[in-house]
Amino acid sequence: MLAFFEWCESTLIGVAVRESLWLFPMIEAVHLLGLSLLGGVLLVVDLRMLGLGLKAQSIAELARQTRPWLVASVLAMVATGVPLFLSEAVKCYYNTSFWVKISTLPVALLYTFLVRQRIAADPGLVTSARSRLTAIGSLALWFTVAAAGRWIGFS
Amino acid sequence: MLDFLTWLAGTSWSVALRESLYVWPFVESTHVLSLGLFAGTAAMLDLRLLGLALTRVPVTALTGRLLPWTRAGFAIMVATGLLLLFSNPVRYYHNIFFRIKVVVLIIAGLNVWLFHSRVHRRVADWDLNPVAPRSARTAAIVSLVAWAVVVVAGRLIAYNWFDCDIQPQPDLINWAASCVVPAE
Repeated sequence: MLAFFEWCESTLIGVAVRESLWLFPMIEAVHLLGLSLLGGVLLVVDLRMLGLGLKAQSIAELARQTRPWLVASVLAMVATGVPLFLSEAVKCYYNTSFWVKISTLPVALLYTFLVRQRIAADPGLVTSARSRLTAIGSLALWFTVAAAGRWIGFS
Repeated sequence: MLDFLTWLAGTSWSVALRESLYVWPFVESTHVLSLGLFAGTAAMLDLRLLGLALTRVPVTALTGRLLPWTRAGFAIMVATGLLLLFSNPVRYYHNIFFRIKVVVLIIAGLNVWLFHSRVHRRVADWDLNPVAPRSARTAAIVSLVAWAVVVVAGRLIAYNWFDCDIQPQPDLINWAASCVVPAE
């Protein structure tokens, strides 16, 4: 496993980002912009499922209309997150926060695209225990990913 | 100003926050994660005005029901941001990215004020239009760009590339950061 992380660091992108003064901070800044957008996109639907925010619109309508931005912001996060990881893969290997993030992330992605989006697509879905639980699951998973991600830099 | 900040930096609360093992990272993490609430929901309104998202939702639904969440996010950003500033005021005072952030924050704030005092007053005329009129779209673009610059500059504050104790620097940098450089 460690050998794989060492290989990651030795990739062209890993070396380029690590050896540049500006690349890591700039990619990281774009990663933060992606976080902002992803947070907004998720909150519009999750708040609505909690019975807050845009209550006059249906859950299905909001989920459908925000979907392109959900996909775009997740892609932006992955596209910036991968080079950041490659540049310091070995540090990540020894970092507990990284492992929390990287194990929660696939769960959050599968949950969002396979569970939450399907539940939210139901045109008959109104604010209910079902919608609230779905939203809480989404917020908890993405909060964990974001908080653990930030903590990689502290530990 | 600098005298006050130097005094502030010497207070026991500032020292405690600056040197704390967990409180400072906790405050900083709250500052960063609140971006999703503040900048994210603000961006959704901007994208709506530009006709790029939520085009079938009335603009007033967003300004009425989503904006309170944006404001709550902003309140958290300000509270945690002031705490971070309080933890190391002299360093941030001389930090060029912090200065850029403050200037652009003022521009972003003026844009918010202009949007609400002028553009949004006539929202009844275009509430349901998928694309808002030019004045609203201009406000949306200024908002997206200004807040993005604030986020990026904010992130770069952490880097000491242009700190006063890293010399030599170009005169422009030392001037912009109010660095006092002893003569050789």
